[in-house]
Amino acid sequence: MKSVFFGAVSATALIASAVYAEPQAEVLHWWTSGGEAKSVAVLQEEFAAKGGTWTDMPVAGGGGDAAMTALRARVLSGNAPTAVQLKGPAIQEWYEEGVLADISSVAEAQGWADVLPASIAGHMKCEGTWCAAPVNVHRVDWIWANADVLEANGIEMPTTWDEFNAAAEKLDAAGIIPLAHGGQAWQDATVFEAVALGILGPDGFRKAFVDLDMDTLKSDEMKAVFDQMRTMRGFVDDNFSGRDWNLATAMVMNGEAAFQIMGDWAKGEFMAAGKVPGEDFLCASVPGDGFLYNVDSFAMFDVDGDDKKAGQELLAELIVGQNFQKVFNLNKGSIPARTDVSLDEFDSCALKSAEDMTASSDNGSLLPSYAHGMALRGAQAGAITDVVTAHFNSDMSSDEAVNMLADAVANSM
Amino acid sequence: MTKWLEENTPKLVLAPSFIAVLIFVYGFIAWTAWVSLTRSRLLPRYDIEGFIQYERLFASPRWDTALNNLFIFGILFIVIAMVLGLVLAILLDQNIRTEGAIRTIYLYPMALSMIVTGTAWKWILNPGLGVEAMVRGWGFESFTFDWLVNPEMAIYTIVLAAIWQSSGFVMALFLAGLRSVDGEIIKAAQVDGIPTWRIYTAIIIPSMAPIFLSAFIVLSHLAIKSFDLVIALTGGGPGYATDLPATYMYAMAFSRGDIGQAASSAMIMMMVVFAIVVPYLYSELRSKDD
Repeated sequence: MKSVFFGAVSATALIASAVYAEPQAEVLHWWTSGGEAKSVAVLQEEFAAKGGTWTDMPVAGGGGDAAMTALRARVLSGNAPTAVQLKGPAIQEWYEEGVLADISSVAEAQGWADVLPASIAGHMKCEGTWCAAPVNVHRVDWIWANADVLEANGIEMPTTWDEFNAAAEKLDAAGIIPLAHGGQAWQDATVFEAVALGILGPDGFRKAFVDLDMDTLKSDEMKAVFDQMRTMRGFVDDNFSGRDWNLATAMVMNGEAAFQIMGDWAKGEFMAAGKVPGEDFLCASVPGDGFLYNVDSFAMFDVDGDDKKAGQELLAELIVGQNFQKVFNLNKGSIPARTDVSLDEFDSCALKSAEDMTASSDNGSLLPSYAHGMALRGAQAGAITDVVTAHFNSDMSSDEAVNMLADAVANSM
Repeated sequence: MTKWLEENTPKLVLAPSFIAVLIFVYGFIAWTAWVSLTRSRLLPRYDIEGFIQYERLFASPRWDTALNNLFIFGILFIVIAMVLGLVLAILLDQNIRTEGAIRTIYLYPMALSMIVTGTAWKWILNPGLGVEAMVRGWGFESFTFDWLVNPEMAIYTIVLAAIWQSSGFVMALFLAGLRSVDGEIIKAAQVDGIPTWRIYTAIIIPSMAPIFLSAFIVLSHLAIKSFDLVIALTGGGPGYATDLPATYMYAMAFSRGDIGQAASSAMIMMMVVFAIVVPYLYSELRSKDD
């Protein structure tokens, strides 16, 4: 397979310039912290082993905001990087600016359509052509718990929101913080979408946060979601404002708090502290059906020169390759985007995640996370988050909240 | 030739910086004004669509909060910092022995960057770590000081930290002003037996009007461009309760890919600055004509 692909690449290169071009890739990303940097290094090594020259362009800061600013400057000056860490609808937004490349030849040669879940593959396509390569799948709708605390209080992992509320009240009475949470807008949004998925169901979630259906946004179910958020506010300690997510995870780890609702990057914190899934901490999907994903990917930008084009295609092939998908995701705590990677070395939470992903992909409840920029464009997602965080941090009523939500979404168009 | 050079050297020397200012300040203001009239999202577009971005801006509750916060913060910050600075300056002006040391102590917060001030105050005001925890530790269990996490009060923590940072600087300005008042007039007043407080209110402070104006201009532009203090102290939270126009603009431009919104909010900020600066310029220029 690979030799066929290489033949194809060098053949096109020969036709174009009659000289074989050494693959070049300049990669803009913001994976600069410990485990993430290690994960990118794996890709760099593979790329170099195939004879390519990798120019690293890491831009740290602001959860990617700084990198996006750098990207804007590069694109406006007509000198885009080869590949850029981008995700969700942002890929299509850049496509509409007319600056993305077509990597369909690689995707078809490698049979991406057969190994990627359909809804994730959808994010990688721009009007039918492939324009990005997926790296991993983070599940967002996880609930993490301290196993000892639950056992000591005789509590099972909740399977409905009523059970969750009952468990939380019991824990509260026992002097344990029921829900570890950090009061930052994106964390409020993460909890909100987990609650929304449970209460609205997968179809309702899709209507509300993918299609932005006004009736669903104003529905009584949405009021129920805000009611549950108000209840959850009571399960959070008083000192939560501005707390970082990993500090909230630490509260669960040391038994100060019982639950945390957070994506599977929280697992990395537990693992780094030497905790064992199933023994020290428990992972379960939040009450309700469905699977919310946050898929990191690299979008391929239109570049000039055969060396860069060759680098781009090699990069795309390696990113979706089985080896990188396995090694990267073992480092990062997520699961491979392609479904045919051997999961022997993965932990029990990752196995559950992979199993649920396949099942939900089959029954149509594999959904993009709105809080992590997979479902909506920045302006719309931001407008919803503004309402969610304003409601969570004040005494606004659920009626007011749904009206504000509908207005904010309409105003963001 | 030499005559021509003699006449034109100043113009030649000034020309590059003049051109730079023209392009990089006024040119970009014009560019922002243009973009604020378009439907720009991720990248700027140049098809004018009218005032849609301004309509969106004023329909946004978050912008309302940001603008309200600017007025609360700006007014309290400027007034309290000036009053406090003046009182400190007058007290220091009483020929006390350790004036040099005390002046340095009060001036030092200005040497810190706003990020450091914000971070330090974040810890001091954090109910679980700072003042509240300390007083409770002394046995006053019911003591609460939770401004930082209370959406109604959080904006005042920003006022507090900003005043702490800047009042020493205002004090130094006023102290210089106090010292520049003609000693003969004060002595004459003292000979006439006028009480000290009257000397201050009737003679010294009125003669310091230009210093008040400078302090006001410096403080008001600090208030309008405040950004780093908010980011460090509250991150705009809880919710968006402490958003200021500058943080709103940043969020729109760099996190949300909504350049049109960012441009329109920048234009409104500039108009607020103009509303303050234009009367100042007007009075300055007119007084020169007289």
